[in-house]
Order: sequence, then C-alpha cells, then structure tokens
Amino acid sequence: MSGTFVGMPAFPKAAHEAVQDLTLRGNLRHATHTIRAKRAAAVAEVSDWALLREAGKQIKDHTLRHLDRYLVQVEESVTAAGGTVHWAADADEANRIVTDLVRATGESEVVKVKSMATQEIGLNEALEAEGIHAYETDLAELIVQLGKDRPSHILVPAIHRNRGEIRDIFAREMGAWGRPAPDGLTDTPAELAEAARLHLREKFLRAKVGVSGANFIVAETGTLVVVESEGNGRMCLTLPETLISVVGIEKIVPTWRDLEVFLQTLPRSSTAERMNPYTSTWTGTTDGDGPRDFHLVLLDNGRTDTLADDVGRQALRCIRCSACLNVCPVYERAGGHAYGSVYPGPIGAILSPQLRGTQSEIDASLPYASSLCGACYDVCPVAIDIPEVLVHLRERIVQGGPVTHEGTKVVLKPAKGHAAERAAMRAARWTFGHPGALRTGQRLASRTRRFHPRTLPGPGRAWSGTRDLPQVPAESFRDWWRRTGGDENGPRPGTADGPAKETK
Amino acid sequence: MRVALFLTCVNDTLYPDTGRAVVKLLTRLGVDVDFPMAQTCCGQAHYNTGYRHEAEPMARHFSDVFGGYEAIVTPSGSCGAMVRELYPRMGERARAEGRGDTLAATLAPVVPKTYELTEFLVDVLGVTDVGAYYPHTVTYHPTCHGLRSLGLGERPTRLLRAVEGLELRELPGADECCGFGGTFALKNSDVSAAMGTDKVRNAESTGAEVLCAADNSCLMHIGGTMTRLSTGMRPVHIAEILASTKEEPLA
Repeated sequence: MSGTFVGMPAFPKAAHEAVQDLTLRGNLRHATHTIRAKRAAAVAEVSDWALLREAGKQIKDHTLRHLDRYLVQVEESVTAAGGTVHWAADADEANRIVTDLVRATGESEVVKVKSMATQEIGLNEALEAEGIHAYETDLAELIVQLGKDRPSHILVPAIHRNRGEIRDIFAREMGAWGRPAPDGLTDTPAELAEAARLHLREKFLRAKVGVSGANFIVAETGTLVVVESEGNGRMCLTLPETLISVVGIEKIVPTWRDLEVFLQTLPRSSTAERMNPYTSTWTGTTDGDGPRDFHLVLLDNGRTDTLADDVGRQALRCIRCSACLNVCPVYERAGGHAYGSVYPGPIGAILSPQLRGTQSEIDASLPYASSLCGACYDVCPVAIDIPEVLVHLRERIVQGGPVTHEGTKVVLKPAKGHAAERAAMRAARWTFGHPGALRTGQRLASRTRRFHPRTLPGPGRAWSGTRDLPQVPAESFRDWWRRTGGDENGPRPGTADGPAKETK
Repeated sequence: MRVALFLTCVNDTLYPDTGRAVVKLLTRLGVDVDFPMAQTCCGQAHYNTGYRHEAEPMARHFSDVFGGYEAIVTPSGSCGAMVRELYPRMGERARAEGRGDTLAATLAPVVPKTYELTEFLVDVLGVTDVGAYYPHTVTYHPTCHGLRSLGLGERPTRLLRAVEGLELRELPGADECCGFGGTFALKNSDVSAAMGTDKVRNAESTGAEVLCAADNSCLMHIGGTMTRLSTGMRPVHIAEILASTKEEPLA
C-alpha cells in the first residue's frame, strides 16, 4: 500500500475490497464498538453536554464569521510573543515554507507531533524529496510510517492493524529507521510500547527541529494548544531548538474562556477520557525554556473556499475528535482507506470534497458514502449536521452550481456519469406530478406481477445480488381505496363506481 | 378530527396491507380517516440524492393535497421526517437562492400537523394500548429517521408492549442503521448489503419470529436480506401488528 492518496478509485470500488477483508472488518468492528461505548459513557456523565455542544458550535461559528479579524489578532499576538507567522495559501506553499525553515537550521531531520494539517499537505513526502527525514513520534503514526502505510482514522491512524501485524512491522522495519526492535519481540501491548519508546527516545534527544500542528490557537494571547495522550508531543514541543507549527486557519478560538469548552468536549468525544493526559500550551518563545525559534504557518488550502459556502462551512467547526468515524456504520465496514484522504469517515466525506473540490472520481463519490443515518450528527461535539452537508454536496455534483475556487466564484457544471439517474429522477417527478399516471403504472406492475423476476439483470444487480425483490401486490392501496372506500365490508355509497373523489 | 392518511408512494405501490392496517387501526380508535387520491410522493428520494429542485414541485403538490386537513398521518418515519425536517429546509434554501418566501410559505402549513403513526397514537390520541392482539415474539428495529430525525423514542415499544400476547425481545445494536439509505442501497451496494446482513444476524440472535419497524423501505431491504439468507424470520410493519385483534388477527 502506497503512502499517498493520489489516484484513489471511487469509494464504492475501494469499499468493495474492504468489505471482503475479514481481518480488517474484525479489527474495525472491535475497535469502533469499544470506543463507541466508552464515549457514550463519558458523555453521559456530563449533565450539561447539550449546552457544551451548543456553546462549541456557537464559538466556532462566531470565530469563522469574524475570521479575518481573528487571524490578524493571532499574527499580532504571536509576533509580540517572539514567534514568526507565515501565511500559506495552499499545500505547496506551506511545504515550501517549512522546507526552507528546516534548511535554514542546517538540519536534515525533524521529529513530528501527530498532526492532521501536515498530513493533509503531504509534508513528510515534500521534506523527504528535499533530503530531510521526518520522524513520526505518535505510536500509531509510527506504525503507519514504518509500515509504509496510510492512516485510516483521524485519532488512531493504525486502527486497521492488529497487534500481530504491528509486531511484524516493528521487527522488520525499525532497524532501517534507527534503533531496531528488541530480539524476540512479542505482540503484548507492553512489549510493543516499550519497543516504540526506546526507538523514539533516540529521536527526541537528537532532534534539533520539531514540527507540529495544533488543536487550537487562542487569539487573545497567541497561544497554541496541543492535546495528546502519549507525551511524545510534549517532548517534540519542548526539546528541539526550533519549533514549526502548521495550523489550519479554522483552528482559532478567541479567548481562553472559549478554550475551556473544547477542553471538556474534545477528550470525551475522541478518547472517551474526562481529561487527556497531556495538554501543552505555548506562547511564542521564552528565554532558556523550550525552543528558541518558533514559526507558525497558517494554512488555508481550501478553507476560505469552504467558508464561502453557507451550508458547507459548518465542516470547518470540526475539532478532529473522530467520534463520527467511530459511530459510522459505513466507516466500520469500508475502513478508512476507502475515503482516499487523511480525513476518513463522515467528516472526511464532507471535508475532502470541499477542500479539494469535487472534480476527481473519489471526491465526487464521497458525498454518497453514507446512508444518511444521522449517527454522526448525534455524536458531533460541535453539532455539524453532516447529513445536511452530504446532501448539499450531492446536489453540487448532480446539478452543478456556484462554488468558490481559490477565492474566485465559479459555476460548476453537473458532473458526468449521472445522466441516467437524472433522467429517471425527472421521469419520477413527472409521474408523481400526475396521480393518474402513477395509478396506471401501479396497475401495469400489478397485472404483470406473475412475470416479475426474483433477481434483476444489469445495474439492478446492485439490489438483487444480495436481496430479494419485494413482490408487487395484486392491487395497489389506491385501487383498494377506490374500490372499497376504506371499508373492507363493502364499498361506501358513491365510491364504488365512477370517478373516485379526488380530495384536495 | 379530519385526518388524512399520507401512505407514501412505496406503501401505496408495494405494501397496501400496511395502508389497510392503518385505516383499520385508526377507524377502530374512532378516527375518521381519509385517503386523498391526489397524493403521490413527498420527494424524499429526489431530495436526498441531490435533486432538491426536482423535489420542490412534489413538496408543493403535497402541501396542496394535504393542506386542508387537521392532521396528516404517515406510517413511515423517513417520509414523516422529510416533511417535518426537510420541507422547512427546502424553504430556507429557496430563500437563500434569492427566490423569496413563497416556497417556505407554501410548505409551512403541513409541517407541524404531519405525524408519524406512533407519534399520532401516543401524542395526539393519547393511547398506548390500542387493543391489539398478536401472539408472537417480536424484536423492534428503530429506523434511523424515526429515531434520530423525529425522535420517536420509546413510543413504538410502548405501543408494542401493550399488545396482548406479544413478547418483545431486545434487538442488539438496535440503533445501528440497517443499510438501506434509499439510493445508497444501489450506489454503495456492498456496504449496504454488509450492514443489512449484520442487522439480520442481530435480529436472528434474539430468536424472535418477527422483526418489526415503522418504515417499510427499511423492511424491504431487511426482508429481502432475510429471505436471501434463508432465515426463518419475517419483517412486519408496526401498523399491521397494532391493527391485529383477536377477532381479526393478522393473516
């Protein structure tokens, strides 16, 4: 499996493979059901959860509404605290900025805190191309990196791997990257964690440059916040001489008071913990304490375009907790790789086609990767109505319409490949606009019912390959009503014959 | 009270027994039920597949047909949710597109008086014991739009528990989607089928004879999976159970 998502097939094709992979299905079922139940318990403990959820939603909406102002405030406060702020319009620009900053230090390796933004822009690959090695230090990211694999979950990127697979990856790959795994490594969690700890410690102590993202930026003081469980983040944020943080522009909260809401909702939603083990905050630089140089790279990469859409912009509230992945029945069966993005699951299905556009095969298929069951919306700690955005994006695909692309308003054409569906929808609309035509169709279906096959050819196999077709009844309800007037024991006067009353 | 039955196009065409059961049940409870013959489809499949503009004339038609009634009752959680949750949103979107308040104003009257069947029974008629008799073991699957969009909660199971002779068995993973999802069942048939199989296996594990739900579209998918997997279970709409009596048991 390659390390990037370029050229991914459409979701149904990728999911077709994943659904057959029984090991993967087992791994995902076990992991998602465990964390699903724990999250539910952790959330149930909080009596004002609904209020926290509403507060989180409102804080994010307010910040996004006034993002122009808050971004300038962040630049001012970070600069005043001794940091340097860089603006990156897209992935290429962000990668170039980070590469130049690392080059300027004269170093050829960096240690990394788990970060979705740097994965989104493919930073590791960009650094590697310039001869700079980036070492992931989060346990699960380490497993993914050593296995030359791709992440399949936002919070637990190696969720698709079981202990046996992880043992094999460690034993086989660690030596090429640094300290090898101990001889005779077994698949017990304690031994695996110890092997990773020894391997990573070397990197922490040697590295002169750290690269991170951030969960939040507090605008009033220019403070960055990283929330984590393993302590690797704390090491990377404090030990190196230079720290470079790549952060999406939607990660801002105005004040520390606002931050309080998310420090309650994020851990309970993501790891089902009341409080996460490590919360690191830093404000610029401090003499004699931590990195001497701090650079903040503010990343747009499609976010401003997303913000321009009045329905889709709610996706920018996301705090990357991954609760929606863990409850999603589609994610559980298709796995994270099928989504063709570092953002899998329901949030990925609305975020990727907005950040990247709907032109590619995978991005045009993602809005359909949902039964619209609504479980994701229920658990979202910032109340993103994911089904609403999915339907909105389906509309964009089949109808086209106005979107913002790189800051310019353009009108999208309807996507190709939906002509038959569009024709069927129009025909159905016409029929439903003419009750008489509907009745004629129903009668035709009833009269020919003896000849209906149990399975369908061609595209109909999508249904009848796994499910029997319902039997068409001898008489539709409306014909029964017309005949009997709703009374089995005899037709009501005046309704048995002649035109039935067409009640308005 | 002048009550209109909004049966839905799927029930009208494929599941007339459910419609007959609703009429029988409501008539038994003293409700005067009418079936406006001009009714067709609420537009849900169009809307959810991305054809909102195609769904608009269907929504206007719905409002024309049903606007004059005091209450509109439907034996479908998802079609009920279409009217209650998505008709107002269609109005908002039309307004956002610069088309004024006309659509919102046209649809507004039908929104608050549209009830899913179990809501109508429990909230409007105030009954949980409808005098039904159904001597079978039953497990209940709360369909997604009934559960999460309409918030039906305990209403269906309260009604089922009051049915004489009925033994209700709890369905493991009850609140997980069955995998139907309208056009999702065709566009992502592999995942849809995998979800359906898991739902059927969970239902089988209860040992119940019947899987009951308040939406025939989901039951079409679950039932089709049941027969394909040769389980002994059968899908039955809640209206048919509630309509069944000792004198006239469900066939």
